[in-house]
Amino acid sequence: MVQPEPLEPDEDSGLDALLEQLIGSENVEPDPEQAQIRETLYNFGFIDEDSKREVRRKTLKAVAIPGHLVPFASRDLPVAKGWGTGGLQLTFSIIKPDDLLKVIDQGDDDSVNAVNLRRLIQRTTGVPITTDTTLASIVQTRHRVPEEPMREDQILVLQVPMADPLRWVQPYIERSTEMHAEMDYAPIWVYMYESVVQSGDMDISSQYPVMVEGRYLMDTTPCPRYDVPRLHMSETLYLYGAGREKRIYAIPPYSRVEPLEFEDFPFRTEHKPEQFCEKCGSTNTYLTRHYIEEKQGGEGRWAFFCSDTSYCQKHILMKTGEKAEKVSGE
Amino acid sequence: MGYVATKGGTEAVLKAEQLVEYFRLRGETEPIKIEQIKSQFRLAVDRAMSEGSLYAPELAALALKQSEGDAVEASFLLRAYRSTLPRLSYSLPANGTRMRLIRRISSTFKDIPGGQLLGPTRDYQPRLLNTLLTSESSETMRRFLANFEKQVESNETDGQSSTFPKVIDSMREQDLLAEAASIGDDDIDEPFDVTRKATSFPAPRSARLQIMARGDAGSLLALAYSSIRGYGDVHPTLGEMRVGYLPIEVAHPLTGESVEIGEIMITECEMVSRVKATGNEEIELSPKFGLGYGFSFGHGEDKAVSMSILDRAISAAKSGKVHGQSGPAADEEFVLQHIDAIEASGFTAHYKLPHYVTFQADISVLERAKDHATAKNAAQAEKQLRLQQKLAKDAQDNTLLD
Repeated sequence: MVQPEPLEPDEDSGLDALLEQLIGSENVEPDPEQAQIRETLYNFGFIDEDSKREVRRKTLKAVAIPGHLVPFASRDLPVAKGWGTGGLQLTFSIIKPDDLLKVIDQGDDDSVNAVNLRRLIQRTTGVPITTDTTLASIVQTRHRVPEEPMREDQILVLQVPMADPLRWVQPYIERSTEMHAEMDYAPIWVYMYESVVQSGDMDISSQYPVMVEGRYLMDTTPCPRYDVPRLHMSETLYLYGAGREKRIYAIPPYSRVEPLEFEDFPFRTEHKPEQFCEKCGSTNTYLTRHYIEEKQGGEGRWAFFCSDTSYCQKHILMKTGEKAEKVSGE
Repeated sequence: MGYVATKGGTEAVLKAEQLVEYFRLRGETEPIKIEQIKSQFRLAVDRAMSEGSLYAPELAALALKQSEGDAVEASFLLRAYRSTLPRLSYSLPANGTRMRLIRRISSTFKDIPGGQLLGPTRDYQPRLLNTLLTSESSETMRRFLANFEKQVESNETDGQSSTFPKVIDSMREQDLLAEAASIGDDDIDEPFDVTRKATSFPAPRSARLQIMARGDAGSLLALAYSSIRGYGDVHPTLGEMRVGYLPIEVAHPLTGESVEIGEIMITECEMVSRVKATGNEEIELSPKFGLGYGFSFGHGEDKAVSMSILDRAISAAKSGKVHGQSGPAADEEFVLQHIDAIEASGFTAHYKLPHYVTFQADISVLERAKDHATAKNAAQAEKQLRLQQKLAKDAQDNTLLD
């Protein structure tokens, strides 16, 4: 795209100035003063207050009925549907100016999508950003529950691609809604049974289905199985937003969350005790595979690193004796 | 003016043609230059080439101008023009690893051999109307280009190659990938050419890929989306998507040696998903990922990604089983018969043609059915009446007996 020089802001044209703020300054480092200007140009948190109120009402309903899918009128955002618009709408509707925000994608603060979403939230709210899970009041995430345990005063907002855990056995929403209402979860049990028989394991890598408070079957979003046990009796409020699928659901603090399992075939995570992170040495974190280029033109190789990058950095600093606080903030 | 009367019909058609021209030109703005369409409507040109199944940026731009920007109409024009060209030869198989890349991403691994390359993408741009574009001038354009070139010069990384190994090759090395043949796909030497032979079903994979590569981006997108939403789902992950310039070679007609005849810009996508256990022994012994392939002339990401999902879904369906409830996306015949925009729009539009004769036949059938129904109703009514009369008479008789 040809990037025209920003024009002088025209006082009569609020829209032009608005657009210029968003588009005309792509490469400018955000500074606090600009954040102030943005607040006056935008509604705080981009979407209008009535819409945010609707999201909050639906969120309250979701909290009141743990694991239940609550329909909401999802708004269009300047981000593609399926890239985190559900999480964004939740964050926009609950965020306050004194919040401290962390946005991650695959556990990584620096992933392109995390950067993109953070940029939008920051530009329209001006809230400060952190990469430290323990400092953040709201963490918006795609695919991972942060490694460090979260507290009662924090909220974890998860971006959800598929909201209905029955999708695999019943793609028609009309029928799956009835199945949820009648607690007719037999087809998913059959599916699980067949996958064990055919592949010798639950053939579900992510989006592992869980029962919440013994009532509703819930999709855990594409979190790896590794993160599933952290949903059980968690201190933190988990909010799930599916923008494209127009559903909100929640796990309130201290809720029973049980992964589907058989007596003779218990739930297992993908954790392997012998694997460790080649950066920080952790053996108790979720690891992803990376390719390391060899500098001198030699063959590169594959290695495992923590997917939660801020935890990994913190761990390295702790090992080298420095204080962990230094990682926090940006 | 009727459009079927022998004489008036001709006149009407000619006048309609003039009207089209009038509607295209009545704004009296500067005529758009082909060169402008080619460079500034890059993606529209690429789409017309892809669905027109002819790599010719100039002609695609011309087609877009003629069709007032209608994507299907433009590809229709190209498809028709294509029939005037003899097929002189087939290129040698082109290898995607030889692409000169401008963009390359993977969502399977974070760091991949050669690294990720975002390239020109709108993925991370806020989708807000840019009103500054309304006042864009040659001056602002030149200024941007000058600045940009300065940046490029200062960032010049000398000697760095722009070709990269493929992510799926490293997956293959790690023994994660099932070869196409082992997941029950057809194994043929020569690719099937759907432009020279009629397709029948089940179709070989090469025919499937060719039909999809010519297919309508929107149709492919809709069907691939239905698969992702659970109708014939294969849970795919994007192994690699690359955009760049691919060198094309042909065998020299006399010497038989390979000769490079130029490069084309293409988008290529490789999607991986778990090959589900099916009772096929070979797979059960060693579970692997299966591969779906997507291709588009020019820069066509949605299309390449959608195609690779559908290829994977169909392969999975053919080899026995797809996840979830099966749906149209996993049905090879359904997909391949309905994704060609030229065929689909042509037949859909044929309903605008006169159907006076067949409709008259419909009316007579309807009238006969109506007569039949009336007669039947009358008979029924009469029967009912007689029954009532009989009942009344019986009732009267009974009272008399009492």
